[in-house]
Amino acid sequence: MSYSVKHYIAWRCAQELSLGCVNLGIGIPTLVADYLPKGVVTLHSENGILGAGPEPGPDFVVDPENMDLVNASGVQPITALPHASYFDSSLSFCIMRGGHLDATVIGALQVSETGDIASWAVPGKDVLGVGGAMDLVVGAKRVIAAMTHLSPKGEPKILPECTYPLTAKNRVDTIVTEYAVFKFREGKLYLVEMVDELTFEQLKEMTPASYEIADDFKWVKRDSTPEEQLVLK
Amino acid sequence: MNDTIEQIQTKVQFLTADEAIGKIPEGSSIMVGGFGFPGMPRHLSRALVKREELRDLTLITNSLGSVSILNDLFEQNRIKKVVGSFFSTNKELVKANREGSVEIELLPQGTFTEAIRLGGAGIPAFFTPTAAGTDLARGKETRTYNGREHVLEQSLTADVAIIRAHKADKAGNLVYKKTAQNFNPAMATAAKLTIVEVDEIVEIGELDPDKIVTPFIFVDIVVKREEV
Repeated sequence: MSYSVKHYIAWRCAQELSLGCVNLGIGIPTLVADYLPKGVVTLHSENGILGAGPEPGPDFVVDPENMDLVNASGVQPITALPHASYFDSSLSFCIMRGGHLDATVIGALQVSETGDIASWAVPGKDVLGVGGAMDLVVGAKRVIAAMTHLSPKGEPKILPECTYPLTAKNRVDTIVTEYAVFKFREGKLYLVEMVDELTFEQLKEMTPASYEIADDFKWVKRDSTPEEQLVLK
Repeated sequence: MNDTIEQIQTKVQFLTADEAIGKIPEGSSIMVGGFGFPGMPRHLSRALVKREELRDLTLITNSLGSVSILNDLFEQNRIKKVVGSFFSTNKELVKANREGSVEIELLPQGTFTEAIRLGGAGIPAFFTPTAAGTDLARGKETRTYNGREHVLEQSLTADVAIIRAHKADKAGNLVYKKTAQNFNPAMATAAKLTIVEVDEIVEIGELDPDKIVTPFIFVDIVVKREEV
């Protein structure tokens, strides 16, 4: 996957977010922070902060013995914005599970046409970590799945049914890939946006899930790279 | 005022790390605080690794990533079971699990912290929509509330909690720093014996009562961190 595909997906996810509180998962979702308008989207991190800021400058010294402010990786230092608060894991997951977050952007391995999401385990490999993924997907008001349209092996990821172990059932609200945006409306999947480099037939070939073209469907151009869009912003 | 401070006594003991770890019985279940680097009781963990005769342990922790000091315990074959939400990056544990020498109980992280919070509050089980319809709910009782499937999860308690805070006063009240709270305040409530390591011990009255996160009633032993 090229650098700019990931950044395009992250940039497009950022367009979905407005005033509110959001948790960004690891992977592509982490990049979304770079494209958010400053100040209006407050970032929550499940290890215990609301109001997470960017990484500290290059002078920051990592000292494992005395490290108090990191993101949900547990090891990556961050900063705190002026309106930030710190809290313990119980309150942090109260925010997530209690339905208080406006949205989460989360990476996905597969999404089904009924909004099921598989994001934490691959069959045949050791399944020893789930972290906070299930809590986030069950609790956030909107679940935005950020992913490449196809797997690295070229397999479709938007399917009639997930074949990988589920993270949650019926919870995805929006799917953002490098080619298209899909939304679930009243339990049905709609194509709302597609890049003008593809035809409907080409997209359908990569997307075995059943979906309809939304009334408000629009074509989009990827004429400027996300890096350029970042500068323009 | 000072006369009153001098009269105040609590049951909290102030010991060295080795003395504190010496009070843990073999075969104990041990909660260990921390989320990656912050809030990990690194000093107590080193003392735990050093006391090699302490075996047959169950660890309840979210801090067993690749950077954990506790990884030596798997090489030493001293752990029979681990309970937590994320172990994928721990090579020693993945290997021990493949060989069948360590049992792993995997929980969603929010279910994990809620199970500890409710364990500390004396509530033995709870229903949550998290994990409903997934492999982690297999074999667990489910019930529908508000049209949504919920999973019955068991709360967690332990024989011992080893945690980290920033400061303790001489009564045993605790304050924390930034994202280093994480699992520590909940774990302090859920174990029979709670051992905390702190950067600093201050006089009674020096901590603002509005800022105390863990009242001394949840604390048994305080250990001051030594320079590493």
